[in-house]
Amino acid sequence: MAYPQTAPGNGGLIMPTMNMIQALNSAMDTMLERDPNVLIFGEDVGYFGGVFRATEGLQRKYGVTRCFDTPIGEGGIIATAIGMGAYGLRPVVEIQFADYIYPAFDQLVSEAARLRYRSAGDFSAAMTVRTPYGGGIFGGQTHSQSPEAIFTHVTGLKTVIPSTPYDAKGLLISAIEDDDPVIFLEPKRIYNGPFNGRHDQPVVPWSKHPASEVPEGYYTVPLGRANILRSGEQMTILAYGTMVYVALTAAEASGIDAEVIDLRTLLPVDIDTIVASVEKTGRCVIIHEATRTSGYGAELSALVQEHCFYHLEAPIERVTGWDTPYPHAFEWEYFPGPERVTAAMRRVLEG
Amino acid sequence: MKNRKPLSLRVPQPKYRPGDSPDFTGLVVPEAGSVRRPDIGVRPHDIADLAYGMIRVLDSHHRAVGPWDPKLDPETLRRGLQSMLLTRAYDDRMYRAQRQGRTSFYMKSTGEEAVATAASFALERDDMCFPSYRQQGILIARGYPLFKMMCQVYSNPADPLKGRQLPIMYSAKDYGFFSISGNLGTQFPQAVGWAMASAYKGDDRIAASWVGEGTTAEGDFHHACTFAAVYRAPVILNVVNNQWAISSFSGIAGGDDSTFASRAIGYGLPGIRVDGNDFLAVYAATQWAAERARSNMGATLIELYTYRVEGHSTSDDPSRYRPQDEAKAWPLGDPIVRLKNHLIQLGEWDEERHESANKDAVEQVRASDREASALGTLGQAKPSIKTMFEDVYKDMPWHIRRQRQEMGV
Repeated sequence: MAYPQTAPGNGGLIMPTMNMIQALNSAMDTMLERDPNVLIFGEDVGYFGGVFRATEGLQRKYGVTRCFDTPIGEGGIIATAIGMGAYGLRPVVEIQFADYIYPAFDQLVSEAARLRYRSAGDFSAAMTVRTPYGGGIFGGQTHSQSPEAIFTHVTGLKTVIPSTPYDAKGLLISAIEDDDPVIFLEPKRIYNGPFNGRHDQPVVPWSKHPASEVPEGYYTVPLGRANILRSGEQMTILAYGTMVYVALTAAEASGIDAEVIDLRTLLPVDIDTIVASVEKTGRCVIIHEATRTSGYGAELSALVQEHCFYHLEAPIERVTGWDTPYPHAFEWEYFPGPERVTAAMRRVLEG
Repeated sequence: MKNRKPLSLRVPQPKYRPGDSPDFTGLVVPEAGSVRRPDIGVRPHDIADLAYGMIRVLDSHHRAVGPWDPKLDPETLRRGLQSMLLTRAYDDRMYRAQRQGRTSFYMKSTGEEAVATAASFALERDDMCFPSYRQQGILIARGYPLFKMMCQVYSNPADPLKGRQLPIMYSAKDYGFFSISGNLGTQFPQAVGWAMASAYKGDDRIAASWVGEGTTAEGDFHHACTFAAVYRAPVILNVVNNQWAISSFSGIAGGDDSTFASRAIGYGLPGIRVDGNDFLAVYAATQWAAERARSNMGATLIELYTYRVEGHSTSDDPSRYRPQDEAKAWPLGDPIVRLKNHLIQLGEWDEERHESANKDAVEQVRASDREASALGTLGQAKPSIKTMFEDVYKDMPWHIRRQRQEMGV
């Protein structure tokens, strides 16, 4: 496990534990403190602290001009962030749910992502767009979607998805410091604790997990680097966000010696880590919550095929959400849980 | 059956189509000098009438009259006139360059030169302009080299934008000119964000943006007005009502039933309507709005009432949808002629000097074109292909580097 090492057992804890929300809050707190050009805005993020509480206390601590509420206009939120970025600020904006980001799509695709290129570097607009995504919370169609592939398809944007409190803080600080626009997708199902897809089991809080040991103050986790969560020899599982826990659970449950890679940054993706792993294992399973067709798994599958074809001993498998809108009552039929992943792993092993 | 008349769908139509004789005698054009000039601290609701009137300074005798007269000195007026002459000469030359196959595309601002140049004169040099594609007059008024504009239009090796942008989509940060987008209206709320940033930093720079009347139908217009009002952003939001959005007359954008300046009222912003072909009126309105913005009183929406004399672009043929002589019938005249006549009336200009100034402008454009064309026009020469892969990100990621290698450059 590539989490920060601390002494074993609760008695050895040297750092406070944080859940992912607290870690994100700590990242923004740290950056507001360090850099006067950092400011935060979005729907309900000011006095109230955000519907998921990620910005709680920040307005009180830093004042209303550094953390404030916006009108319900996602296009306006992103557009004003672009103008601020062009001025030299580092806005960190929250889109309340990733499902609500579509009204801002033109500003992201045609403006934020293109400004540096079209002006030949004359203008650029650094900004971080934080937004909770993904299902498993009975949020229905408009509070559950996973739109990451839409953003990885837009050249000029970076797309980041953390899977632990430690990474969430370090990656968010890197995103804020990055000079390109970053879409920072937060897997909301694991805000409070890692979720392995076994929805009938009680939720395990982050405090029981080593990656909840989050340092106070400044540190970074670099963008563009994957994390090998579990070393293995028999196959490679590529995952990100909530699905890394499903992958780990499937690996344990199946008894298959799988290497589980948490991509952390989807674009630019850490191709070297992927290739080294698949060349070693010769087999690859890709999992994501998003719908399958033209999903990010298609890109991963193509990359593995292009780079590792002569090392592959079986066809690549994708385990994903079905190609339906996110169905409220059928959440667990839709969600690619450990049983589906285990079944795919067996097929790949036998293939 | 209910005893009601069936509903009917209204689709607005312009008064005149090809073959008709345009007649604007019904157009309400208030007398120059007739609109009051309120103090900048006025409550927006108390000047709602200004959204339906029209601020005009130059009267039919070419005099500057009324409270909006900015009382510019003759030298400034002459520089304004020269900027407009240069803009028109530049447009004419580049239009011909497109017709000669030396570039792919061009857009003229003929008849609308005052909109960009007068505003430029009224703003500070480090205020940031977020223009649409028809405010090349800003760059020209600010002294940006014509040579560089032409290299952009030709996408040649000296193109500051490295051959990446459609002709006329300039970008010049050092001249306070934001990168132009081909997507309409996107720059309107960005200007608001830029202005908010200036206020956040406690600076004194303000932003100004321009969209056409057709673009007011975009969601970005609503976002800009909402955010500008809520955060009292130091920004000037200009709507250039040139009557035509490609082939759609202003009624298709909602102009039949109201003015575009009046859109401001619901947001709590001051909305003022201005004769866009009157250099002095545009200057005075911009100055008023800039003073408000710089005094932390927030944004102003200005409708600049003008007429698009030429086609939308070189890809357009306006004779297919409007009378060919409509521009001649336009009652607000030509901004260059009007300022020229004013200077003559002041005894500060004459036909001979005008002729000579125009020749100078044409010659300046010709000289710049010779210099730019010598480096190549579209298709003859272009920036290094290697640069095509740069600036997508600040640092080139592996996948783009490999694609560049794959292309062999």
